[in-house]
Amino acid sequence: MPEEGRGPAAFLLSAPALVGLLLFVLLPFLLAVALSLTNLRLGSPLPLEWVGLEQYRRILNDPSFLHALINNLLFVLTVVPVQTVLALAMAMLLNQRLGAIAWFRVLFFMPVVFPLSLVAVVWVLIFAPGPDGPMNALLELISFGAWTPRDFLHDEQLALPAIMLTSIWQGTGFQMVVILAGLQAISAELYEAATIDGAGCWQRFWFVTLPQLRNTLIFVVLVTTILAFRLFDQVQIMTQGGPHDATTTIMFEAVQSAFARQQIGSGAAMTVVMFLVVLLLSLLQRRIASQEREVS
Amino acid sequence: MKRRLIIPFTYLCLLLCALLFISPIGLLLAGSLKPDDLVLVESGSWRALWPASASLDNYRDVFSRVDFTHYLLNSLFINGMILGLGLLLNSIAGYAFARLSWRGRGLLFNLVLAVMIIPLEAIAVPLFYIVSLLGWRDTYLVQILPFIANAFSIYLFYTYFIGMPRELEEAAHIDGAGVVRTYFTIILPNAKPVFASVAILTFLTQWGAFLWPLLVTSGESVRPLPLAIATFHGLPPLRWGDLFAFGVMMVLPILSLFLLFQRLFVRGVAATGIKG
Repeated sequence: MPEEGRGPAAFLLSAPALVGLLLFVLLPFLLAVALSLTNLRLGSPLPLEWVGLEQYRRILNDPSFLHALINNLLFVLTVVPVQTVLALAMAMLLNQRLGAIAWFRVLFFMPVVFPLSLVAVVWVLIFAPGPDGPMNALLELISFGAWTPRDFLHDEQLALPAIMLTSIWQGTGFQMVVILAGLQAISAELYEAATIDGAGCWQRFWFVTLPQLRNTLIFVVLVTTILAFRLFDQVQIMTQGGPHDATTTIMFEAVQSAFARQQIGSGAAMTVVMFLVVLLLSLLQRRIASQEREVS
Repeated sequence: MKRRLIIPFTYLCLLLCALLFISPIGLLLAGSLKPDDLVLVESGSWRALWPASASLDNYRDVFSRVDFTHYLLNSLFINGMILGLGLLLNSIAGYAFARLSWRGRGLLFNLVLAVMIIPLEAIAVPLFYIVSLLGWRDTYLVQILPFIANAFSIYLFYTYFIGMPRELEEAAHIDGAGVVRTYFTIILPNAKPVFASVAILTFLTQWGAFLWPLLVTSGESVRPLPLAIATFHGLPPLRWGDLFAFGVMMVLPILSLFLLFQRLFVRGVAATGIKG
């Protein structure tokens, strides 16, 4: 039980951090909701008015915001499964007693420490147009010359996949480390018992590894999904939303609206939409994870 | 028989993955040492990863074209302040929540947990509006102050402190030590792993901070490195060698820390997944 009789001191100890959270997270969050219900536009001669859900109605009927929403969904639906499966495969490769395995762990994790802005700049070169571009050269090599060089970042079909690949390269190591910790927490006895029962490699994976890893995987999928909805840096540097809005995202549109066009109200509404998505996913994760606990 | 094949196959997969993850880094490093015009030309072959005539010319060019030292100091100062103040305030708050009993504790802790899921992106617009009204744009303050208090850090400290044995604190309590002295003499020296984890996670997210500085800074004077490289990327003439030299220098502080303390990095990141 916590110690008694130290009330005021304890409150004072936690006060600085709590004040920080209130002023710089909670207050702006409430303000985001409030501003999204107004017509606030910096430098506008129009008087500030409550407009109710008008901003939401407007952005949900705005083709460019809907386009950004769809791009963002495509990004999430591709990056999250690919990255999770890749991270799981890599974690399983690393979860073995082999020589030099620690070195491989260092190499796989290394991209995570690279700032996204730097990663984006490097991948602009990787996606350079013409036969000299590394990605073009690689595709030409593995297709035995069948690939004709493309300008990835200026190609409506290829720009978004290019950003997806960049993000997967940078992000997989993070998920891999979390999954590896989950794998290492699985008791060896479970595998021994399964082997005695005659389970093969695949069956051990299906009936021991996956169920034991369930909560870790749910967590990893959630975090990756939330990160994917926050996509901004790579877009800003690699394509600036183009070509023809092929790579816009919710955050990119919000920044365009609030900062480039000074429409604070509609920018706030966009970020609230993003928060609602994040909130929904978090609640879903908590629900699925707690169901599991009830079962076991 | 089967067993003998599995190990070489595992190594083959490991090497293939390693090649995919390491080659962009090799491209960056080799490019930073090459003459500018060769970086793109050679990037489509194995030469991309090998600087035949290596020199530090690009590094010198970076310093003559932009004030790299200034950006580096900006980044170091901003990150240092967030890290130092954040570790102190968040750990003390985590301690108060985990170990002391006071009115409102449960309610406020639930508030911390609730706030944890609000990402910066969701509040960037109103926060920008607030700091504009306060006239805080283009300052260090605006890049530091909002990021000191961190709900997730408090949560990580809380879970660590709650698992610590009580005997030490009780001894200090009997000796008449107050809360603050107990914290600094008993708790802090025994909680190095959690401090390392939180420090690493903070540094990992803050060193690359891009969106917020982009919104609140316009001049060069207070801009950090991630924004500076984006600006440098757009600064004609586009010279890949210079750009990559900038990139190598920008990642060097965090990369060398990672290579020195890689076990701590991995443990710190793994700690995010172990939820109570």
